[in-house]
Amino acid sequence: MSQERFIDSLRDGISEEMRADPRVIIFGEDVAVGGAFGVTGGLADEFGDKRVINTPISEDTIMGMAVGASIAGKRPIVEIMFMDFMTLAMSQLVNHAAKLHFMSGGQLDVPMVVRVQQGAQGGWGSQHSQSLEAWFAHVPGLKVVAPGNAADAKLMIRAAIQDDSPVIFIEHRGLYFKTDPDDLPVNDIKGFHEARVVRQGSDVTIVSYSRMVADALVAAEMLGAKGISAEVIDLRSLVPIDMPTLIDSVQKTSRLLIAHEAVMQGGLGAEIAAQVQREAFDYLDAPIERVGAPFVPVPASLALEKEFVPDPAKIVAAVKRMFGRD
Amino acid sequence: MDTNSDEGKIELLRRMTLIRAFEERVIELYHKGEFAGLVHVGIGQEAVGVAVAASLNADDYLYGTHRSHGHFLARGADPDKMMAELAGRATGYCKGLGGSMHLVAAEINAMGATGIVAGTLPLALGTALACQDEDKIVAVYFGDGASNTGGFHESLNIAALWKLPVVLVCENNGYAEFTPMSEHTVVEHVSAHCGPYEIPSHIVDGNDVFAVLEALEDAVQRARSGGGPTMVECLTYRLRGHYVGDPAEYRQAQEVKEWQEKDPLLKLSTTLQERGLLTVADVSQIMKEAENRIQQAVTFALDSPYLDATAMLDEVFS
Repeated sequence: MSQERFIDSLRDGISEEMRADPRVIIFGEDVAVGGAFGVTGGLADEFGDKRVINTPISEDTIMGMAVGASIAGKRPIVEIMFMDFMTLAMSQLVNHAAKLHFMSGGQLDVPMVVRVQQGAQGGWGSQHSQSLEAWFAHVPGLKVVAPGNAADAKLMIRAAIQDDSPVIFIEHRGLYFKTDPDDLPVNDIKGFHEARVVRQGSDVTIVSYSRMVADALVAAEMLGAKGISAEVIDLRSLVPIDMPTLIDSVQKTSRLLIAHEAVMQGGLGAEIAAQVQREAFDYLDAPIERVGAPFVPVPASLALEKEFVPDPAKIVAAVKRMFGRD
Repeated sequence: MDTNSDEGKIELLRRMTLIRAFEERVIELYHKGEFAGLVHVGIGQEAVGVAVAASLNADDYLYGTHRSHGHFLARGADPDKMMAELAGRATGYCKGLGGSMHLVAAEINAMGATGIVAGTLPLALGTALACQDEDKIVAVYFGDGASNTGGFHESLNIAALWKLPVVLVCENNGYAEFTPMSEHTVVEHVSAHCGPYEIPSHIVDGNDVFAVLEALEDAVQRARSGGGPTMVECLTYRLRGHYVGDPAEYRQAQEVKEWQEKDPLLKLSTTLQERGLLTVADVSQIMKEAENRIQQAVTFALDSPYLDATAMLDEVFS
């Protein structure tokens, strides 16, 4: 449990790792003055402009430079301000970062972290709100993680920096200024690729990650009031997926719902559903359900954005369908 | 490497001849069906690679392009491991997982060829940033086609802005794949882009190894002394198609013939004979030695096993 806000916990994790390992450097747009959201605030003062480096608006080259710096012995953290801007850096990320270890037959390691902020909140529209994690989960060679609380932000960024493979570290901007609830279970996870059961239940398993974990917990309370006991799992790591934890839970509850903010079509929920039905088909009492955004770009209108983003009520409605209730 | 000495000059010819022999055999094996994939040979461009390799220290870094056999061999890559890589064998530099376009030879700090045009420019900048305080420099190759990408301009800007220790080696062979430079840009020379970014540049005859060496001396010195990037634009020509199997019908026979007469191997060997450093018999001996070495590499490659298919699954993550 952390009394810190997500953003402060994340920054603490980065600075602890920078103090421990002089190879860690940061670069990205505006990072020396804190970045767009303040995650790197103060780091340039402590670590200097040789380790916290402002770049021009040149995403593809920034990404490629992180690859080049990492194979020459640094441990770069690159900040891409919005997930939407990852589109500009895809060639270096997908063609080099993800593949150089493989294509070199293991001669090179690419120990870099791409910190990227995403999520629909505040009416910022179609080009500053997309959740695109499924794209990266489709590329062999990239690890993808998405912390859902402040305590995990620190633990997982440190593990990501220490990892010898490229890690996409997804930060939902709706989490930045939140603190963890007092009743959040103490974080006893060792690795950052393990999923965590954040609420015990017996009737249905709700799997989520990033900001949607909080919605899943609210939904679980609402379901409890209706006599449905929901187990909630924070996936944490999207590549690799901790299937044993999911299968254990489904074997107990016999029902599975996956909830994410990303567009449902082609989303990570489809992959999880496919894997779980294959591994635990005999345990399932109902078709696996998904909750995600509709297949439209994120609308700018705040009123429409509210309809676009999944919420606890939509999770509750989907679970009720699984029990044949309306 | 001391290219001022007689022996050094002869060594330049030896390396160029080895590269030529390597690629001639690669073409032959490809047509025989022993090799597959997309293979780009640089026959006619050997002087650039050899000059760059001779200008770097052993702990400097090198990044190539999709046409990098010569860049790597000039740097001292093992022909056995090179040939085995092109043959897709487990004994290749990359265990057969990289192939011709994605060569990496970390033991000689040749950190990557790439199938992405202009793709290694940002990588080179990142490596230069990492070793900026270590008296190491980075040489990176690209062609005329690369100059139209966004990454090229982003990279020139950042390299100049941060005075990164890079040598920008442009192999301007006049064609971006099948399209002549006059049809892909209004710029007459790639190095014209250096002006706005305040990057010093040279335009040299890329088929004259000594001209390339002279320009590189300035570029390497600037990079090593903290003066930032220099572009060396080497005007050259690929005497073969864009890839092995490309009939290159988009080029006039007369144009190819003119460049054949400017073949960099011919040029260097003639110069060395004129200066009395080599006889005709010496040149033949150098060719024979190169062919023998490459025959050994071919035998090694074709006798080598493939990587086990399950073993490649272990190479996805570090």
